[in-house]
Amino acid sequence: MTLVVNAWQALGEFVLDAGFTSDGGVTALFGPSGSGKTSLVRVIAGLSKPDHGRLVVDGETLLDTESRIFVPKHKRRFGYVFQESRLFPHLSVRQNLAYGRWFAPRTARPENFDRIVGLLGIGMLLDRRPGKLSGGEKQRVAIGRALLSAPRLLLMDEPLAALDDQRKAEILPYLERLRDETSTPIVYVSHSVSEVARLADKVVTMKAGRVEAVGTPSEVLSLPSADRRDAGAVLTGVVEVIDIPHRLATIRLSQAQIVVPNAHAQEGLSVRVHIPERDVMIATRRPEGLSALNILAGTIAAIEPDGDGMVRIRIRCGEDILLSRITALSVERLDLKLEKPVFAVIKTVALER
Amino acid sequence: MSDEEWTAIRLSLKVSAVAMIVSLPFGLLVAYLLARGKFWGRSILNGIVHLPLILPPVVTGFLLLILFGRRGVVGAFLNEYLGIVLSFRWTGAALACGVMGFPLMVRSIRLSIEAVDRKLEEAAGTLGAGPAWVFITVTLPLILPGVIAGMILAFAKAMGEFGATITFVSNIPGETQTLSAAIYTFTQVPGGDAGAMRLTLVAIAISFAALLASEFLAYLVGRRVNIE
Repeated sequence: MTLVVNAWQALGEFVLDAGFTSDGGVTALFGPSGSGKTSLVRVIAGLSKPDHGRLVVDGETLLDTESRIFVPKHKRRFGYVFQESRLFPHLSVRQNLAYGRWFAPRTARPENFDRIVGLLGIGMLLDRRPGKLSGGEKQRVAIGRALLSAPRLLLMDEPLAALDDQRKAEILPYLERLRDETSTPIVYVSHSVSEVARLADKVVTMKAGRVEAVGTPSEVLSLPSADRRDAGAVLTGVVEVIDIPHRLATIRLSQAQIVVPNAHAQEGLSVRVHIPERDVMIATRRPEGLSALNILAGTIAAIEPDGDGMVRIRIRCGEDILLSRITALSVERLDLKLEKPVFAVIKTVALER
Repeated sequence: MSDEEWTAIRLSLKVSAVAMIVSLPFGLLVAYLLARGKFWGRSILNGIVHLPLILPPVVTGFLLLILFGRRGVVGAFLNEYLGIVLSFRWTGAALACGVMGFPLMVRSIRLSIEAVDRKLEEAAGTLGAGPAWVFITVTLPLILPGVIAGMILAFAKAMGEFGATITFVSNIPGETQTLSAAIYTFTQVPGGDAGAMRLTLVAIAISFAALLASEFLAYLVGRRVNIE
């Protein structure tokens, strides 16, 4: 699948001027609220018409303002999962799921109703009304409904944003299975670093209506950006040991090992970990008597002041680069210089699978 | 009860039912236009629809006579090309009743359309439903309680309609003499009180039954549509 989109649209004060391409897999649109992610996805879905723009999917032009082409939303065959599930209250879960299937072309109708229902774990809910479902259940049904309409492309607009952490944790594994077990390409809108790090093959970051950067999660999520509170390093490693009594998993990186709270990982599995830069402290001697489990030795690879009193330090540990965000005063006090050996004290690590 | 009284009751039910059913598609269309449409003259349309509610019924009846009478602009056309005569016929009574009940029906449907969450219609569109299908499968089921309420209101208004009907189609027993007109006629003759009372009781019973029916339908629909 190939997707090429470009859109220019004035929405009051805000101007959307963005575009990207995708060759399938999961493309994440990432950025703070109000950065234009949803506006761009609505253009792709055909829910809004930009002043200028083009959208080509697999060589088929669905939108071209130059030549006045605009394929309406119901003929695009893109599944859309909204932030609020938007299930039809007058239909049962089964009827909601069947809704899109009924409009799909006969040849494209998925024959895998049971498989998708099983994949999302909603078999128990089929005869219920949407009003009686929990937030997480509703969202899973909404994902199933979109999938069963046999979409060429699945658009997911912050599907987890309205849920609490527990519900998010409940749905994320289903999204991963979706990514791994279906061939439907996905455009995933999110402002959460952890979701993006966990799901995306490609990340497009947006800011103030424009595309800021494009790349893999580990490239893009470590780029400096003033308003990205969760910025940090995304590293790849292998699960080495699971300590079940303490619910900890040991992950081997290129040189060091880190310990992550998680008892569900499988040994030998390749995983990504996300280490937010604000949760990494720097010491010049190996500290003792600390509660932090992860203290990694490395050398300083770069010192990047942001001009606002804060400095981003890149620490090389083998082939991995850790990020740390500290004050300029600390840099002076510790006399940090390039290639100086230091210890990175990591307060939190999140396992991103 | 005399045959004449039974005739009046049957006629009233027929006139009201026809008025309600025939005005329903127009009511839906106008309510949809008023709720969703963005066009020049929307407030004028709104005003015209509401006129029968504000004008004295006799005035409405007289206007109908001018427009739909045998020599009227619309009436002459209908008579000549479609062979439909409305003046002094029960069909004319149905028209008068339909016009009088129309603002009530439109108002009720319009309010329910305005209450529909348009995000649901958007979602239906992304699932492949074209605008007509969205209306049939999403909008219509969601506004059903409002539509039923509007129909019952229009029916009740038609049952009680007197002024516009008698002005437009007169008071001909067996053709245009509805329940209300029959009661009125009884009160105009000496010794008619007993007949008037019998019909009054029937009118109360019918109104009550309509009210109960609407409550029951609203309950059924409300149970089905579990709005969160």
